[in-house]
Amino acid sequence: MTREEVLSALQSVRDPEIPTISVVDMGIITDVEVVSEAHVRVTMTPTFVGCPAIDVMRSDVEAAVRGLGVEHVEVAVTFDVPWTTNRLTDRGRAALLEHGLAPPEQFDTLTLELEVLNNVACPYCGSRKTTLKSPFGPTLCRSLHYCNECRQAFEGFKPV
Amino acid sequence: MNQDAVKDLLVRMADDVLILAHRHSEWTGLGPVLEEDIAFSSVAQDKLGHAQALYAILHEHFGMPDPDVMAFGRAEAEMRSCHFVELPNGEYDFSLVRHLLFDASEYVRWNALRESSFEPLAKLAHKIHGELKYHLYHAQTWIVQLGSQGSEESKARMQSALNTAWPYALGLFETRPGDADLVASGFFPGEEALRADWEVLVQGILTKSSLNMPQDHAAVLGGRDGYHSEFLAPLLVEMTEVYRIDPSAQW
Repeated sequence: MTREEVLSALQSVRDPEIPTISVVDMGIITDVEVVSEAHVRVTMTPTFVGCPAIDVMRSDVEAAVRGLGVEHVEVAVTFDVPWTTNRLTDRGRAALLEHGLAPPEQFDTLTLELEVLNNVACPYCGSRKTTLKSPFGPTLCRSLHYCNECRQAFEGFKPV
Repeated sequence: MNQDAVKDLLVRMADDVLILAHRHSEWTGLGPVLEEDIAFSSVAQDKLGHAQALYAILHEHFGMPDPDVMAFGRAEAEMRSCHFVELPNGEYDFSLVRHLLFDASEYVRWNALRESSFEPLAKLAHKIHGELKYHLYHAQTWIVQLGSQGSEESKARMQSALNTAWPYALGLFETRPGDADLVASGFFPGEEALRADWEVLVQGILTKSSLNMPQDHAAVLGGRDGYHSEFLAPLLVEMTEVYRIDPSAQW
């Protein structure tokens, strides 16, 4: 059993709120330790502290590793490595787009003015002539935008 | 580490966000426009998460009861929330002003806690501080729009709400007997230092909003010693109603 095999199995575990993306591509798996063939430790971290989906994902992760025939699976949820949207993989960003969500802009530091949320690229037509309507959306990790080019309201995955 | 002082600090922080989360959630389904309904509900959900994470630290490191019992199983006199978060939502002007003043205080508090000598709290602070930017951004946007970019009426209403909220908001920074130990050990910078940072942050936002910062008020105190406003008891009855049917239920 290798770390890569575990990560590959975890590709099947999806975010219940955005089923096109796996927990690995979301960047919420922060460590995988193969102690032995029969013992694997996985560490994960929530996108938002109050994310209601974390318990479901935690048990799905445990089940997926058990599915490899590992007897003893430990899954810890910690804030040791804080999640930020910069942890999303390229495949993860493509998966968000596939779900109709504008992927978050990469950032070095996020100011209080949240400029990075203005002119997010529209997931439908690609235009940057867009306006932030609200920094809060249907789930904690989404914001609401409007495209002035194709006149379509859309949701973005907000940078944190 | 002065364990009693740590518990006092973390419980009052957690209780403040728990109670304000409940107040914010009262806008769910009632916000003036759909986006605002969603915003207050989302902020409430984030804040519940922050309260839970603090109760979890108290449970895991300091032997306090588990988070559900802390949130739903305590009597009014055992709660340590300040009066500011207990006040009813009132009109939208008051809710927005409270949202601004509270989140500005959370922002400076969690910013400072990123440097806490207590590692579990410092790690949590890195995470929470990022989320608070969205809370403060939302509050600030509306305060500026209804202040300097609004009508005479909206500006007057925001100023009036601000004047009402101010003495209560100062109650967020009540100094407690054990705080000196926590400051000395680098656990947190102390309420006075936090209040000074908060005033600078709030002053900047109020200036942009053409609103005046109220001066020379005495803080409304009492909650940290279990003496609450008349509004907490009915809130607790509603908030704990389902839990009290069967406290041992598994969710």
